[in-house]
Amino acid sequence: MISSEPRLDRRTAIRVLLENRGNLLLVTGLGSTTWDAASVADDELNFYLWGAMGAAAMVGLGLAIARPDRRVLVVTGDGEMLMGLGSLATIGVQRPPNLAIAVFDNGHYGETGMQASHTAAGVGLTGIARACGFEQAFDIADEPELREFSAHVDKGAATLFACIAVHADEPPRVLPPRDGVLLKNRFRRATGAET
Amino acid sequence: MGEPSEAEMSDWRDGVFAALKAAEIRQVGYVPDAGHARLIELCRDHPKIRAVALTSEEEGVALLAGAWLGGQRGALLMQSSGVGNCINMLSMTKTCRFPLTMLVTMRGEWAEFNPWQVPMGSRTQAALELCDVLVYRVQRAEEAAETVAAALDIAVNGDLATAVLLSQRLLGAKRWVK
Repeated sequence: MISSEPRLDRRTAIRVLLENRGNLLLVTGLGSTTWDAASVADDELNFYLWGAMGAAAMVGLGLAIARPDRRVLVVTGDGEMLMGLGSLATIGVQRPPNLAIAVFDNGHYGETGMQASHTAAGVGLTGIARACGFEQAFDIADEPELREFSAHVDKGAATLFACIAVHADEPPRVLPPRDGVLLKNRFRRATGAET
Repeated sequence: MGEPSEAEMSDWRDGVFAALKAAEIRQVGYVPDAGHARLIELCRDHPKIRAVALTSEEEGVALLAGAWLGGQRGALLMQSSGVGNCINMLSMTKTCRFPLTMLVTMRGEWAEFNPWQVPMGSRTQAALELCDVLVYRVQRAEEAAETVAAALDIAVNGDLATAVLLSQRLLGAKRWVK
């Protein structure tokens, strides 16, 4: 990954993905993507991970299997995805058509002091996703490409993966609720899993 | 496949499978395992159960959290060595009070041939209890189904994590080709 390559602003990217989200179910990973989602709006249909690094994609898989009638979007960072790489193989076998995984790749661990991640050294998550069986996996570095991906997510017709190059900056943190029981219960109520 | 033999029909694993069905389990995460082989096969063949093969056990903790968010109940099948892989993921189970039931086939505790299985097998229960997982042990075949049913029940009714340890004595020591 070279710094001169085009990159998106992460807060712009999350806004594009959540524009007209309708009843899209969102899972975010520890930690910057959780702040990104909260910067758009706190929403009962957002399930934010504040821990359990590496869990985001698999939470998305369980949710997508349970709710085939809903589109499920996982937005997580490169470090969080790297910690759960095996889940790409697991999802590549299951391939629910209503699941999309978007990795905001800034090549760094933002929460621990911006140390370089493996993607900064050239590890390509999109190639890994393809090799795991994602037939639709994209490297995205500008807004038109991102809008095209977002339109794919809206259709919910295939398991999707996108590695979205974003700047390694630290926009102001916007913190959503961190009470896990609250997040779980309000999500289940909002989706009719619990009355 | 022909009709199952009488011995197969009375296998305790069928009782465990019946308990999963009675609890309306819809997602089963598993890592391939000799002790769970028959149960995995039954789950894979059942039209209402989605059996999800995992590369590592911690994926299953996250899978079943997602399943619960989506209104489905699940169970996670693994060998005792896999419990060690789950530790950090169990922080999500506890923080969010996700119901979780793990069915764990034990290694390293009874006539174990492979000493590399002993460190994790001999600490499986302690590790789970450190993570506030309620642990039930099954030593005899006739206890298996009702113990699994009880573990599934209390997990959902109390928003708790439970584990059923199926002892190596019950499963039989692994046979090795020398």
